[in-house]
Amino acid sequence: MGKLLEIKDLSVGLPLPAGLLHAVRGASIGLDRGEALGIVGESGSGKSMTALALMRLLPQRAVQGGSITFDGVDLGTLSDAQFSQGFLGHRIAMIFQEPMTSLNPVYTIGRQLTEGAVRYGGYSEAAARKRALALLDRVGIPDPVARLSQYPHQLSGGQRQRVMIAMALMLEPELLIADEPTTALDVTVQAQILDLLAGLRREMGMAMILITHDLAVVAEQSDRVAVMYGGEVIEEGEAQAVMAEPAHPYTQALLSAIPRMDGPPRQLGAIPGTVPSLLSPPKGCVFAPRCAYVRAECVAARPPLLGDSAHSRLCILTDAERPARAPAAPIRADHVMGKQDVPVIDGRDITQVFTSRKGMFGPKHTIRAVDGVSLTLKRGETLALVGESGSGKSTLARIMLGLALPTSGTVEMLGRPVADLLPLERAALVQPIFQDPYSSLNPRRTLAEIIARPLTLRGTDDTATIATKTREAMEMVRLPSRLLHSYPSQLSGGQRQRVAIARALVTRPQALVCDEPTSALDVSVQAQILNLLTELQAELGLSCLVITHDMAVVHQVADRVAVMLGGRLVEEGTCDAVLRSPSNEYTARLLAAAPQFRPEVSGVQETFA
Amino acid sequence: MLKYILLRSLLALAVAFTVSLAAFFLLNVATDPAQAIAGEDATQEVVDMIRARYGLDQPLPVRYFEWLGGVLRGDFGESYYWHKPVAELVAERAGVTITLALAALSVTILIAIPLGALAALNPNSWIDRMALGVAVSAQAVPNFWLGLIMIILFAVMIPIFPVSGDDTWRHFVLPAFVLGASSVPAIMRLTRTGLIEVMGADYIRTARSKGFRGGALLRRHALRNALLPVISVLAVQLGQKFGGSVITESIFAINGLGRLALESILGADIPTVQMLIFVFAIVFVAMNLLADIINAILDPRIRIG
Repeated sequence: MGKLLEIKDLSVGLPLPAGLLHAVRGASIGLDRGEALGIVGESGSGKSMTALALMRLLPQRAVQGGSITFDGVDLGTLSDAQFSQGFLGHRIAMIFQEPMTSLNPVYTIGRQLTEGAVRYGGYSEAAARKRALALLDRVGIPDPVARLSQYPHQLSGGQRQRVMIAMALMLEPELLIADEPTTALDVTVQAQILDLLAGLRREMGMAMILITHDLAVVAEQSDRVAVMYGGEVIEEGEAQAVMAEPAHPYTQALLSAIPRMDGPPRQLGAIPGTVPSLLSPPKGCVFAPRCAYVRAECVAARPPLLGDSAHSRLCILTDAERPARAPAAPIRADHVMGKQDVPVIDGRDITQVFTSRKGMFGPKHTIRAVDGVSLTLKRGETLALVGESGSGKSTLARIMLGLALPTSGTVEMLGRPVADLLPLERAALVQPIFQDPYSSLNPRRTLAEIIARPLTLRGTDDTATIATKTREAMEMVRLPSRLLHSYPSQLSGGQRQRVAIARALVTRPQALVCDEPTSALDVSVQAQILNLLTELQAELGLSCLVITHDMAVVHQVADRVAVMLGGRLVEEGTCDAVLRSPSNEYTARLLAAAPQFRPEVSGVQETFA
Repeated sequence: MLKYILLRSLLALAVAFTVSLAAFFLLNVATDPAQAIAGEDATQEVVDMIRARYGLDQPLPVRYFEWLGGVLRGDFGESYYWHKPVAELVAERAGVTITLALAALSVTILIAIPLGALAALNPNSWIDRMALGVAVSAQAVPNFWLGLIMIILFAVMIPIFPVSGDDTWRHFVLPAFVLGASSVPAIMRLTRTGLIEVMGADYIRTARSKGFRGGALLRRHALRNALLPVISVLAVQLGQKFGGSVITESIFAINGLGRLALESILGADIPTVQMLIFVFAIVFVAMNLLADIINAILDPRIRIG
């Protein structure tokens, strides 16, 4: 029996005003029945486009080349109607990244679950309902009968993703495509959904394509892995082999960029440069501009496909030529200057209550977003504040920043109550860095203006001083000064986050409050930013309050950890102590849920360390 | 839900009374009704006599509360001009205006929504550009001018419709088209942008991944979402057509509320003007309430918080 799915030389182009964007170039992927394939890549690598091309969900204008064969049928020969009625749902189904918006808000769950099966699957209304109930029960939705008449907004994100999974499985497809199915969900929910998918796949003997940016998830869930970069599949093979002995320099670099929970934190292997523009793809290797082992031949022509079907890569380097990587230096020994027991920001007994009304006349609701929390940020330390969405961590951060006054409780900065500080004094002490560098920078100002803004707000009007300080701040965050007059839209995500950090540092504050500083960034860029924050802290003796949901990030940067749940602080202690032996049951759950490389796969450790 | 409707209705009444209060004081400050009734050449004695007879010598607040008391008993006073109860006068004329407003709204819906949907499903095509052209020109053309042109074209040059009056359905065709055309641009654009946005939504992608295409996709997944904002605006437009048909009714000599409003304003017939303002305000607020209720029925996120 042949392969279930054979994608050969797939190319996808998107016509843009600036030219044709080559989103996927010459990608070939094969999949056996019942096999799980992980497609890994950073944003813009073409991994989602590949799946959308397979599902015929590309934008109308997209140009597609190559061939897709499913169970011996060349899908290219089918009309849109033949494909959508003969394959979609029946044989191939897909679940998407955004469970919050992927269900139609105005129709019931029941209708959305059953309509496809009734319309295109030959099910009767009653049979479809029965099947939907059984599936809802299987995916772990309590009280399925009641759920059928509910609407999407009445369900949580995790529940909606479970409904999406049930919906995709209604007609027992032979192939399920899951595009970042857990990225938008909380950590503990992520683990549950991934386990559910793995279990369902085994039970139904279904093949699965799991698209993700998270290598640890792929390592846990897939038989085979395809690594995509710049629209090409640059490495492909059995998951164990690829994870343990990555053959392509990009895969190697990507693996070393992931903060790992085992062993002491080390300098992350950041990949220099940024993802290439896909408007004019290079003649040679697409990774060459960022590759540490680049040679003249790499730039001249496309690299050959080396290796066998068990493990292949698009790279000129043979096994013997590939240098072993030097072990990364451990970081954060206790030589960080100025780490003292002096509180910089001291929050005591902070409670924040929000009241809201349902509609114009509805009853008042009160929510205790933060409930009696005391938290101290000491000089020179990094304190990680961990919790899932709705735990109150961002509200607490705003209060610790002095941007909002709590309902009750006090915040002191260097011993003075924050209510007594003028806004400018407060801004000189502590500065924020926000999650999304795409929306937190003013798009109409140049970098020079953005970075110098805190200075002008403080009344500095000496242009020479401003220019010097701006340049210094840009040097600190390793931004080249030629970017001084560019606009944020011309920068990559990582560069934007550097701008945000430079802006925060230009007044030389004592403390930074970083709200999910890397969660909107790709792994390789996250590594750059985390390394930068660690270095800056050592250089400047900064105190950092880092808000995050990612335990690996905590392990990488934090001295101390505080865990929040439902507005309360449930655990606090040194990073080592909390991560090694959490005393709270919730912390333990968070840790267990964080995807990690399994021991048998962490041969990576030996290769690198 | 019932409680919500009840509370909103009370609020609507409050709005209507507030509007009537403002209108009452403005009207009485801007004109001297006694002078208007007596005529421009009347002597001071006659004017004073009229003032005393109609109670116009009372202080304004007293007169407002007298009017208000009457309204609460269902008595809107007597017209100075036609010398009969205002309520009767309004009731006589309302039928014509309601017919015209509903006909005009139908014209709007029948032109704007299909045109907007076609434009949205074929963005940047010739249909889209044509629809945009229609919208821009319809927005640029003043109502009275369109009315006159329609009369010249379809009543004089090609006499298929009567020039004026309100006796048969044929009398309503031209005015309904003219009145309806004024709302086409807004509704068409709203339908177009709404539908384009919805067709790009994640849940439409989900429906496509289940095999839905073309008409089924539009009917079963896109239309209800796209029409939610259109319904709110349509309701407001209906309110406007009800109260704003003054010009159209005058051009086509239709004996409706718009014409009554014009005549009573010119005649300083304060009780009639006062009642018309009150009625228009009630209609306006009621239409908004209706839109909210329809939206709540169509959108479970409003119905079930």
